[in-house]
Amino acid sequence: MSASADPAPSPFRDAAQRSVANHYGLWTFLTTEILFFGGLFTTYTVYRLAYPAAWAEGSSHLEFWIGTTNTGLLLTSSLCIALGDHAIKLGHRTAVRWCLVLTWLLGASFLCLKGYEYSGLAREHLLPGLDFHPEHPLAHPPQVQLFLFLYFAMTGLHALHMLAGLCAIAWVYWLVHRRRVTAERPDAVEMLGLYWHFVDCVWVFLYPLLYLVGHR
Amino acid sequence: MPADPKRSTLFLCFGALLVLLTLAALVPLLPPGPWLLPLSLAIAAAKTAIIFLFFMHLRYQRGLVRVFAVAGFFWLGLAAALTLSDYLTRGWNTG
Repeated sequence: MSASADPAPSPFRDAAQRSVANHYGLWTFLTTEILFFGGLFTTYTVYRLAYPAAWAEGSSHLEFWIGTTNTGLLLTSSLCIALGDHAIKLGHRTAVRWCLVLTWLLGASFLCLKGYEYSGLAREHLLPGLDFHPEHPLAHPPQVQLFLFLYFAMTGLHALHMLAGLCAIAWVYWLVHRRRVTAERPDAVEMLGLYWHFVDCVWVFLYPLLYLVGHR
Repeated sequence: MPADPKRSTLFLCFGALLVLLTLAALVPLLPPGPWLLPLSLAIAAAKTAIIFLFFMHLRYQRGLVRVFAVAGFFWLGLAAALTLSDYLTRGWNTG
């Protein structure tokens, strides 16, 4: 009866096969994410080609320094989680935990800055559909509203992904703490890293599209 | 198991990403022109390439994982190109 004692034997021959299967699985998920965000990027492109002047006008209402700082925060957080992945494979558990904490703090700082920018737009009455009463008259009010709607939709969806990432970091930290993730079984940190880097890449494209089209 | 990047490689990539971020932030200081947005997007694509190849280990993965990674962009490219072929040619009827 020894063969049936384990109700769910591992389907993998060895750790290498498990790692490759994990990569296929996560990249399949990321492919659906590329198409998910891609819909918004395509919508953005269609309207950007139709209303270039309004896009520049709308973009000038965003805080350039916040966009730049947030890009720096996310790139640094990507380095931290990549170092964490490197450390877990060497069995450096304390280093992994510090990397995860730093990544979490950098991600949380990103969301705080984003919240600050949202509140600034709310104070200026630039919430499309809800409270859109700009202090200074706009040259293209409806189209600027459309730009800001896309700004909130794209950054909001990205922020939701960041929030999910922060929860996942906390979960993986707990797994490392409980020694469920170790040098012999490091996949959770690597998969978390893949997701986090992808969310970083989405922002890398949002930054020029939202913040740099106004300065021309 | 496929090899992973060395720690020095990760720091080198981070340095390159910061240089690219500085370049992106300096783009608005250039004289205005229609090529500023393509330039910004090229910088973003370079950043993404570094992140995908080194931070996301594609440089060290076997071919099929790379195919998975490229497939998303391929299908998105098709969908976006066909969408734009509609919107960009709508004016042709009315002249």
